[in-house]
Amino acid sequence: MSALHVESLAALSRRLAAREVSAVELARVYLERIERHRALNGYLDVRPEVTLAQAAAADARRARGETGPLLGLPVAHKDIFVTREFASTAASRMLEGYMSPFDATVVERLAGAGMVTLGKLNCDEFAMGSSNENSAYGPVANPWDAAAVPGGSSGGSSAVVAARLAPVATATDTGGSIREPAAFCGVTGIKPTYGRPSRWGMIAFASSLDTAGLMTVSAEDAAWVLSAMCGFDPRDSTSVDRPDEDYTRDLQRPMDGLRIGVPREFFGAGLAAEVERPVRAALETYRALGATLVDISLPSAELGIPVYYVVAPAECSSNLSRFDGVRYGHRAKDPVDLLDMIKRSRAEGFGPEPRRRILVGTYVLSHGYYDAYYIKAQQVRRLIAEEFQRAFTRCDLIAGPVTTTVAFGFGEKAADPVSMYMADLYTIPGSLAGLPSMSLPCGFGEGAHAMRPVGLQLIANHFDEARMLGAAHQYQLATDWHRRVPAGFGAEDA
Amino acid sequence: MAVPGAGWEVVIGLETHVQLSTASKIFSGASTAFGAEPNAQASVVDLALPGVLPVLNRGAVERAILFGLAVGATIAPRSVFARKNYFYPDLPKGYQISQYEIPVVQGGSLSTWVTPRGGEPYAKTVRLTRAHLEEDAGKSLHEDFAGLSGIDLNRAGTPLLEIVTEPDIQVADVERAALEAVAYARELHQLVTWLGISDGNMQEGSFRCDANVSVRRPGGPLGTRCEIKNLNSFRFMQQAIVHEALRQIDLIESGGTVVQETRLYDPDRDETRSMRSKEDAMDYRYFPDPDLLPLEIAPDQVEALRVKLPELPGAMRERFAREYGLGDYDCALLTTTRASAQYFTATVAALGAVAGDRGAKSVANWMAGDLAAALNSAQRDIVDSPVSPVQLAGLIARVLDGTINQKAAREVFAALWAGEASDADALIEARGLRQISDSGALEAMVDAVIAANPKSVEEFRAGKEKAFNALVGQVMKQSRGKANPAQVNELLRARLGG
Amino acid sequence: MPLQPEDVRRIAHLARLAITDEEADRTLAQLNDILGMIDRLQAVDTSGVEPMSHPLGGAQRLREDAVTEHPDREAALRNAPASRDGLYLVPRVIE
Repeated sequence: MSALHVESLAALSRRLAAREVSAVELARVYLERIERHRALNGYLDVRPEVTLAQAAAADARRARGETGPLLGLPVAHKDIFVTREFASTAASRMLEGYMSPFDATVVERLAGAGMVTLGKLNCDEFAMGSSNENSAYGPVANPWDAAAVPGGSSGGSSAVVAARLAPVATATDTGGSIREPAAFCGVTGIKPTYGRPSRWGMIAFASSLDTAGLMTVSAEDAAWVLSAMCGFDPRDSTSVDRPDEDYTRDLQRPMDGLRIGVPREFFGAGLAAEVERPVRAALETYRALGATLVDISLPSAELGIPVYYVVAPAECSSNLSRFDGVRYGHRAKDPVDLLDMIKRSRAEGFGPEPRRRILVGTYVLSHGYYDAYYIKAQQVRRLIAEEFQRAFTRCDLIAGPVTTTVAFGFGEKAADPVSMYMADLYTIPGSLAGLPSMSLPCGFGEGAHAMRPVGLQLIANHFDEARMLGAAHQYQLATDWHRRVPAGFGAEDA
Repeated sequence: MAVPGAGWEVVIGLETHVQLSTASKIFSGASTAFGAEPNAQASVVDLALPGVLPVLNRGAVERAILFGLAVGATIAPRSVFARKNYFYPDLPKGYQISQYEIPVVQGGSLSTWVTPRGGEPYAKTVRLTRAHLEEDAGKSLHEDFAGLSGIDLNRAGTPLLEIVTEPDIQVADVERAALEAVAYARELHQLVTWLGISDGNMQEGSFRCDANVSVRRPGGPLGTRCEIKNLNSFRFMQQAIVHEALRQIDLIESGGTVVQETRLYDPDRDETRSMRSKEDAMDYRYFPDPDLLPLEIAPDQVEALRVKLPELPGAMRERFAREYGLGDYDCALLTTTRASAQYFTATVAALGAVAGDRGAKSVANWMAGDLAAALNSAQRDIVDSPVSPVQLAGLIARVLDGTINQKAAREVFAALWAGEASDADALIEARGLRQISDSGALEAMVDAVIAANPKSVEEFRAGKEKAFNALVGQVMKQSRGKANPAQVNELLRARLGG
Repeated sequence: MPLQPEDVRRIAHLARLAITDEEADRTLAQLNDILGMIDRLQAVDTSGVEPMSHPLGGAQRLREDAVTEHPDREAALRNAPASRDGLYLVPRVIE
């Protein structure tokens, strides 16, 4: 069995159905690769006995006559989703060794479809970060360029898919945590509509923004897995009560007549030329495929960052209050009293970025500042959301860059939180509006950055994932950026 | 010597936490039953494990609406759940889900009767500010852990309705102010149990009052208030308010100032003390809970519940007085609980219209007398009474129509209670309890008694009424208790020329 | 007005985060940078705009009142830093 890891999910699915390969054999291929590439630091918890037992169960289901496109296919989960059989840490010291008594709905649904869990993936602590440098368990390497960050917070998810250490990985996006690392690692990342996948079992960062999604090699792969992952969940009050969908339904739909809005604010002075060129080229590809490009404006979008850095820290300061060392998680040694125990457990358990955001969030919610910060931010959030709705009267999809630059280097922005926060300039507006969005590989940087991928962002209206995935698939039929594998991880690496 | 607190007005507002009688918790599917093993009813949601989310219980919302309708409040068509952020080991999430800016029940009022010691009862109406839904916290236990506390989260997530009043109790008499507060609390307690939205068990913490107490010179500006917690009985509430008001008055009179704080009442010492734990918890950083959407209540949902609203105790008291001519005391007693009122109305209905006011009064007497005594000694609730309303009505009917006398009736009641027969008539026949109303037979008995007791006859004629009673007693004895006492009276007087 | 070192200590206490003076000083500049960036919102005219708490709007769904969960206490206690007799143990709680 050589080089199964470079095949598409659809191809692997066909092999499993034809019994050319078993789920156990496929799992072994990936477990072996994971072991061999431990230096990438993408995985935080791997338990081969658990994985192989799940794979054997999938094989048994097939032997009993079950079918299904995902039965026996491996998946790895971002360590923000809680799991019964693997530790769930949110990449934090706070939750070192924590075993959840239940599985996240996303995990449960994919397991129900027969997917086999390879392990838990590294990320920025509590999903807070844009470079994966905030993991308590060390940063993840970018498989394309060891000097570059993989992006964050879902850096483990993007890196293992890029390195083909998993054919698909779950991820979460609060302000860009799927799309930015997908762009930096040259993989396909999708964040569906807020409320479409369940948040039950996702360790909360900012509840009104947190959305589960996927990293895959291709949009087609994403469409298959997303169909199984999304659906109504009565355990999540913000889950949308709509029937499950087949997100593959528009994959073959031609681009003729598709109106793609190009927001001029996404091509401003801050955008690096080496990013702009591949993105413009991708837009030209769409035009060549029959789409129409429409000039649109999202004047308030640039306020997304200040809005986000009020709303997300406010929600996170409250969401992270449950980590007090009482019932689970880190507890400080030899406390003087209860107050000392809680304060030191939290100070020791949380890394610098969660601590910083808790302080900001506590401040903006505190007496006398709530109206000026929190209410104001939620008002501007509405202005941003309304601008998107006006734009969608003139176009079907919005396209632009994911990030202003290609992946930056380790340590480059770590000391300056505000410059780090700017990495999410183009992704945050869509998150604030709860819109589905994707990142597609569309090229590489220049010069010293020739091995640093560039991402094209697509943004669709609420619940329009199928059309967005169709447009992404059509682009990927016309290009091969998504098929590129970093050196040392491709077919030669079997 | 001056009355303690003379020259001061006491101002009181009340906040009551009522545990709602749902089967499951407000945001999780765990049981709310009291008394389980520690943490056996703390679900993953109640424990605030990573990744859990709240979903609102319809039963809690419906109970809040019923309460709002009962007090004439506005049911908010849209209300919002907010997070009240503070750290405490019995608060698992580090925030309590509550309602802040927009509560589900807005306004309304509650009226009650206050009976001052040695004074005339008067009506008192207290306006409600609001009532909102929130979740209860767990408990900290301090025994036997070598300097540590144990945390039990079974209670965490139990639905609460917090009912807040305006500071409408304003009385220039410390005792009287406390009395009004207690009267309000009793009325509220009766209402929530009447509606069935709470079991009202104060020992188990289902009904917890906090009182905001301040004092001022009459007509002066409002004073600084202190919140007194732990008022878990009406008696303690009375004592605690009196104590706290006098403490504040003493403090001010001796040149001090009242500091706004939360104080805990210690019934063993009859004093309040400052709660250290609440010192720096003032900045709660409320914001709308992003895990919950706004609670929307459509007018038709409200109307569907309005139909289910039972007749309320106040209205029922008025109706009993009006329809049956019963006095305040009877009306109040019969409406102590909804079950006793239901028992009363069922018995009166079974008696039928012919019995009229006399029948209703008779039912009230039986309920206050033999039935209450029997229930009390058997420690049973009226809903479990072995004597049903129909059985009691059957018994009373026989008294009213003269078939049996009161003495025989009590024997019949005891036999019905013991389950010896299913209706009064069967017992009356089986035991031959029918009273003797045959004038011929009674006249013979009366004549015989007069003949046999000349001394008593002489004494009666000399003006001793007591002697008459002795003669009646003799006749009753002769009849083995079955003579109609009224008829015996009448015959004796006729014979003796009284 | 920018935050002062004592503000950082006050906020840290409110958030129950132990913080050394040296950390407070270092954090101060970062927080002021972040707050400075956020302050741009003050210039936006938002009069009459309803604050947006949820991306999709809608109303809260209600769960029927039924006991559907039967907690596994031992599984939960396995993650507890300290427990005895089914209780989570903490340094003494003072009320």
